[in-house]
Amino acid sequence: MTKDECKQVVLTIIADIAPDEDLSNVKPDVRLRDQLQLDSMDFLDIVMELRKRHGIEVPEADYMQLASLDSCAEYLTPKFNALAGKQ
Amino acid sequence: MKPSRIVITGVGLTAPNGNTLAEFRANLLAGKAGVERMEIRYMGSQLAGVCHYDPLKYQKKKEVRVGTRAGSISIYCAREALADSGVNFEALPKDRVGIYIGCTEHGNVETENEIYNISKFNYDTKFWSHYHNPRTVANNPAGEASLNLGTTGPAYTIGAACAAGNLGLIHATQMLRLGEVDFAICGGVSESIHTFGIFAGFKSQNALATHEDPLKASRPFDLARNGIVVSEGGALYTLERLEDAQARGAKIYAEIAGYHVNSDASDYVLPNPVRQTECIRSALGRAGLRPADIHIVNTHATATPLGDIQECEAIRAVFGENCPDTHINNTKSYIGHCMGAAGALELAGNLPSFEDLTVHPTINVDNLDPKCDLPGLVLNQPRKAAKVDTILNNSFGMLGINSTLIVRRFVP
Repeated sequence: MTKDECKQVVLTIIADIAPDEDLSNVKPDVRLRDQLQLDSMDFLDIVMELRKRHGIEVPEADYMQLASLDSCAEYLTPKFNALAGKQ
Repeated sequence: MKPSRIVITGVGLTAPNGNTLAEFRANLLAGKAGVERMEIRYMGSQLAGVCHYDPLKYQKKKEVRVGTRAGSISIYCAREALADSGVNFEALPKDRVGIYIGCTEHGNVETENEIYNISKFNYDTKFWSHYHNPRTVANNPAGEASLNLGTTGPAYTIGAACAAGNLGLIHATQMLRLGEVDFAICGGVSESIHTFGIFAGFKSQNALATHEDPLKASRPFDLARNGIVVSEGGALYTLERLEDAQARGAKIYAEIAGYHVNSDASDYVLPNPVRQTECIRSALGRAGLRPADIHIVNTHATATPLGDIQECEAIRAVFGENCPDTHINNTKSYIGHCMGAAGALELAGNLPSFEDLTVHPTINVDNLDPKCDLPGLVLNQPRKAAKVDTILNNSFGMLGINSTLIVRRFVP
């Protein structure tokens, strides 16, 4: 999985948990909370959907890694690829 | 000190056969029921009263996703009631607005959904939603309404089984009289069709209606009645002290005339006609009315073989003689049993009688059960009444809770 593909996975999840938001111009280097109406429960949703849909675990200590699309991609792409490698 | 006069100034509702009072009333007079087939988890196709309001009229998609059906129904009904009341809501002090919503139950739907959800993950509870607790707390429907409306006064639910709709109005009346709030949004809601447990429970009690024609399935007082049609719905009212309503020139639907709530203390599920009679008589006494002064009695009857007979026994004891102007009807025959919303919705369906002097009938009575043959029963066709100045609304529930609410035509 590339980092761009990883960002798309995260955006797909955000589209479901924040269905009122316009995601067409999300800036990858800006904190998601600074450009979208997302609260702490929504971030827990992102964590839950990564777990449910992709088998990815994000420990609480790493939640800050989900701050922006860029940081999501940095943090999650290796996890996705590690998981793909196991399969 | 004489208690404040409390009046109804707005109505918002969603019923299986209408999403406004006008639509609901038109269908009650036209004999149009609103029961359909619905897939129920683990149980297949069942009969249910389903509401078809547009949640997105007042909620964002995210609110609908995160919240509960009962919360959504509450928001819809509250917003509709506020719009109907004509109140300048922006100008109301939000800390003086109370929200009091009756519920038969809450949390079953959301808990069943989560158990079903984790069943897909080998019952691993790490897949259990972090929204479970805010969705299942007992105050959820009222809390969601307060979040949506931005009110900061008291907002909570009243658990009173199927008497809850009446209890919402009664409690709001009390809070207005106590001066706890200056404006109340109150009534009852139900999301019960989304929990298989309600259906399965009634089925195990042999109390779940079956019929090849869904529209004929809910048939109180008919000899062939065979149980309850479970429904969802909501009806919320705006209540105000008379002087406040008059000061803003509000339209007044009715005045709260009297009420009573009591308990059977006799059985978990079986009604008790003696206590029901006491409840009706006490409400009459508190309203300062005689039985003959009541022009419409809206029955609770749910179409269970025994329950209908027992309520008729109670009504006969009070209204059986010398009540020539008392008309008796039932609304569940159209919409099934809306549980916590039932009492509030059934009152709403009768309120327009003050204006049109017409009593909506109870439908689906092909063969009247002789044990339910009450004088004044309005069967299958609407009836013109010489006068409609009072409506008495019965709502009873499990664990033996009885409620009677009486409203009267507003006369300054």
